[in-house]
Amino acid sequence: MTTFLQSLLNGLAQGSIYALLALGYVMIYKATHVISFAQPALMVCGGLFAYHATSEWGLGFWPALVVAVILGALLGMLVERLALRPMVGKPVFTLAIITIGVDIVLRIFANRYMGPDPRSVPYPGGSERYEFWGLSISHQRLGLIAVTTVTVIALALFFRYAKTGLAMRATALSQETALAQGIRVGAIFALAWAIAGGLAAIAGTFVAATGAGLEQNTWIIALKALPAIIIGGLDSIPGAVIGGLAVGVVESVTAVYQPDVAPWLGNNFALVAPYALMFVVLLVRPYGLFGTKEVERV
Amino acid sequence: MTTMLRSTPSKHARKATGLRGRPLLRTSYDQDLTLANTPAKRRSVVALVIASFVVPFLLTDDLLQVLTLGMISAVGAIGLNLVTGYAGQVSLGHAFFIGVGAYTGAVLGGDPDGALLGYGLPMWIWLPAAGVVAAVAGLLVGPLAVRLRGLYLAIVTLGLVFLGDHIFREARNITGGPGVGRRGAELELFGIDFASMEPISGLSRGQAQFFLGLVFLIVFAILGRNIARSGVGRAFGAVRDRDVAAAVIGVDLTKYKVMAFAMSSFFAGVTGALYYAVIGVFEPGAFSLLLSIQYLAMVLIGGVATISGSIMGALFIALLPRISQFIAHYVPGELLTVFQLEAILYGLLIMGFLIFEPRGLFGIWTRIRNYWKGWPFSY
Repeated sequence: MTTFLQSLLNGLAQGSIYALLALGYVMIYKATHVISFAQPALMVCGGLFAYHATSEWGLGFWPALVVAVILGALLGMLVERLALRPMVGKPVFTLAIITIGVDIVLRIFANRYMGPDPRSVPYPGGSERYEFWGLSISHQRLGLIAVTTVTVIALALFFRYAKTGLAMRATALSQETALAQGIRVGAIFALAWAIAGGLAAIAGTFVAATGAGLEQNTWIIALKALPAIIIGGLDSIPGAVIGGLAVGVVESVTAVYQPDVAPWLGNNFALVAPYALMFVVLLVRPYGLFGTKEVERV
Repeated sequence: MTTMLRSTPSKHARKATGLRGRPLLRTSYDQDLTLANTPAKRRSVVALVIASFVVPFLLTDDLLQVLTLGMISAVGAIGLNLVTGYAGQVSLGHAFFIGVGAYTGAVLGGDPDGALLGYGLPMWIWLPAAGVVAAVAGLLVGPLAVRLRGLYLAIVTLGLVFLGDHIFREARNITGGPGVGRRGAELELFGIDFASMEPISGLSRGQAQFFLGLVFLIVFAILGRNIARSGVGRAFGAVRDRDVAAAVIGVDLTKYKVMAFAMSSFFAGVTGALYYAVIGVFEPGAFSLLLSIQYLAMVLIGGVATISGSIMGALFIALLPRISQFIAHYVPGELLTVFQLEAILYGLLIMGFLIFEPRGLFGIWTRIRNYWKGWPFSY
């Protein structure tokens, strides 16, 4: 039982990373109806900003996190302005492919900066762990869960109460109608990308704060947030959080039990378990658990 | 060749109505549907094919291999264009189908006495079989492809690449496992061993493989063009433009969506088997997301929903490493290495074409053609 609870806890911590990234995807999808395949690059860049802030500027972890979020948000806005704004009104598929191009270009520069060695951001408290009820969790993971919780609540409140949040919801519903009501849709697009960039930067910083740090292949992590948003439904914010946590938990529980229960699935099946889960969910519910069903009209 | 390209009814119609000299005026649906519908197109296709048979005698073997691999990938690009360009079903999973084809070919045509599974069957069995097995894999995606569309489908096919990657890594007795890999199928047809280093009836290895690739490309390009211009292709177009509207006018959505995936996978499977037979040795890591993106780049850079565009795009992508090596002389080495330059060119080209010339290389060609057609007028 302890093993199960421990893997559940680890899964929730890992799932928080996915949830943050998934929120970024959903944010962009809701505002612009585009899936941003540039999110992995934004995550890696965000982590590197934090790394740069701690190692070069000598900042602590939390100030570095703030710096990374700000720079990540600016990067997100820059991407939107340069690559996506000229394409407003084009088919969404085209836009999604452009973000693949953005991702490739950004990641080359990130890898260039990173070099062959892993880059990590020191977390205050180092590798200390809290122990309770026979379970243990590292300071870094607890911090991650706390930051994710605060971020999700802040975003929910922003959407519920802030005027800009209302404008974003209106834009998500219908861009043209929102424009007609005097909402600056372009600014909303920029804001959506800025939020997504900031969220990716938080995720990247916490990934960089684990023992392994950031390396050339770390970006794959961000792709696991894709099954998360599909499971949750592309346009649902609670769906993104629940999907992200579900992916983390499934991955972690599979990693613990699959080698004994189903060894025929091969080594490291846990890494692809989220995708398997996605197929199962989609066969049952084609729009994910919380996604809105598209209304079909001729 | 010319008689095959020319449609018989048009000859008749011209004589009857005196439309000689007005090749663009169509008087029947048959004329609209001919393979090469203008005399200029007819002549240029023949000239191009003849020119391609001369090319191998002018170039060195290493450049010929690049072109050969480019022509083989062109078949895969045509396949991806059928599903993504013509039928509008965005697929990021092409690498998976190529992998399925490559391993089917390698298993059926591989060494039966080796450490890995192999049956030593001849090429005329393993090549079509690779396509068929990949097509069956494409049929399995069917249920999902029918229920989903747009970006949901794109992400699902992306998941397919990751699941495939896992399977290829774990099925060690078939694939050799990561880092080890296995040999491709034996490249021997009609008693000619295309993989041998000795000259084959006067031709070098590079030239022989080039001809193999060229014939292979011509066969599949005509097949692709015929699918695209027939009723199936028009049904694909209807599904792409508005699937609900297509269903209303009586297009069987389930049938055509599944068909698009199966056909595209067939092309991919055949490409995979032949490509890695020419390369020789390959390992499971080859069939990653990057490969899918490369094929997508071929389609986008060449031209969406055109067969000749797919070919141009594939050749361009195949030559891209050469091009970036060339450019690398002008970029200081400490800024970017050749590999990074190549990757960045992929990214920039995908973005650049989509933003500035969404119709791709084919669109550029169309504009050049229209300039000469309209000369001396600009429109």
